[in-house]
Amino acid sequence: MSVAIVKYSAGNIYSVVHALKRLGVEPLLTDDPQQLRDADKVIFPGQGEAQQAMTYLREHGLDRVIRSLQQPVLGICIGQQLLCRHSEEGNTDCLGIFPVDVLKFRPTRHEDKVPHMGWNNIKQPTPNASREGGAKAGAQLSRYNGTFPFTGERGEGLSLPFVYFVHSYYVPVCEFTTAVTEYIVPFSASLQRDNFFATQFHPEKSGAEGERILQQFLSL
Amino acid sequence: MLAKRIIPCLDVKDGQTVKGTNFVNLRHAGDPVELGKAYSDQGADELVFLDITASHEGRKTFADMVSRVAATVNIPFTVGGGISELADVDRLLAAGADKVSVNSAALRQPKLIDTITGHFGSQVCVVAIDAQQEADGTWQCYLNGGRIPAGRTLFDWAHEAQERGAGEILFTSMNHDGVKDGFANEALRRLSDTLSIPVIASGGAGKRQHFLDVFQQGHADAALAASVFHFGEIKIPELKQYLKEEGISIRF
Repeated sequence: MSVAIVKYSAGNIYSVVHALKRLGVEPLLTDDPQQLRDADKVIFPGQGEAQQAMTYLREHGLDRVIRSLQQPVLGICIGQQLLCRHSEEGNTDCLGIFPVDVLKFRPTRHEDKVPHMGWNNIKQPTPNASREGGAKAGAQLSRYNGTFPFTGERGEGLSLPFVYFVHSYYVPVCEFTTAVTEYIVPFSASLQRDNFFATQFHPEKSGAEGERILQQFLSL
Repeated sequence: MLAKRIIPCLDVKDGQTVKGTNFVNLRHAGDPVELGKAYSDQGADELVFLDITASHEGRKTFADMVSRVAATVNIPFTVGGGISELADVDRLLAAGADKVSVNSAALRQPKLIDTITGHFGSQVCVVAIDAQQEADGTWQCYLNGGRIPAGRTLFDWAHEAQERGAGEILFTSMNHDGVKDGFANEALRRLSDTLSIPVIASGGAGKRQHFLDVFQQGHADAALAASVFHFGEIKIPELKQYLKEEGISIRF
């Protein structure tokens, strides 16, 4: 299997490379459109500032390449945020795969420090009208109807998995939310629309649970 | 719920851990990479590696070690010791570290914090502060591992560090370090309640109860310790189980 990592200005891709190597995959780090299109899976990682990242992607034509990808794509952290419509960070127009706007955390109590940094748990979103409608529509359109980022057997009564977060902006819960985390507000810990997957947390830094989630993505 | 973090700290000299360890089932107990992996497997939430080498060669060995840790360990880790300019940070992040901690160099030259966070973001910059409560009750910062008074108070400096963009404060109480009689909960609480960034408590861990106290009374976001973990006096899985039963939010 070939896995390409989108090479761009947002830093700290080393940990993603190392995590994939631990899973036995030698990823290709590239900004070449053809190499990205040809890969079996594409990972869009990142850590950094939204506006700078989008400027870089546009200048290198990578915005169009990413939007056109047909294989499973996984955005991580700022990668997830850049796949949304707009970010409050630097008032930035983003890639628009997920029609939702990224907001800044506004703490209401002193204990709620920003950035949200550390280990927090993820749970499946509560079904509601908009979510159900979205999930149904998504299910019809998508070839990927799995339970990412959860294992199938996880259900009521089981302890919720902990994963590692570092971020000051968040994606609100929407019809494309596949996992929810509570911090100040409930937000999207992961998203899916068709072949586009995204996590706000860092699976590459989330211990054994994170490796399982990466493996689950690689197995799609 | 966001979990409180348990962080073992490893002192590294010439690529080997210095404080002895009696970790069972490790072929090379002095190898920081193997030790870090063992802690990660036991449930440590993060790791800190401190380079206490002074020589240029030692620094290079440390960077090599950092890249081996990054290849082996699947949880976040911070490296510190001897970081005095942006190039040091660049080298260690490029080797795969998630965060760097700066101490004396930041006190001498506070703009270093702005420079680091301007380039790499706040989340990579941990400002470590060694402070001692003096006879008059004030908390004074010290340079060079506690040898030279810096002429700054703990609270004043911690707030300046936050203003300059620090992502976390790692506060070591020199009064409590090595005494194993609990953390500096009063000072920690004042720090945590007045700062808007996370506070890591260091110095004083001797038994499990001390960790409960530092979270409940000290309001710390994370607790760091070295020898109680290295010598197996406190085992991380048992510590985390205990804290969970006491109602602390802990990752399992």
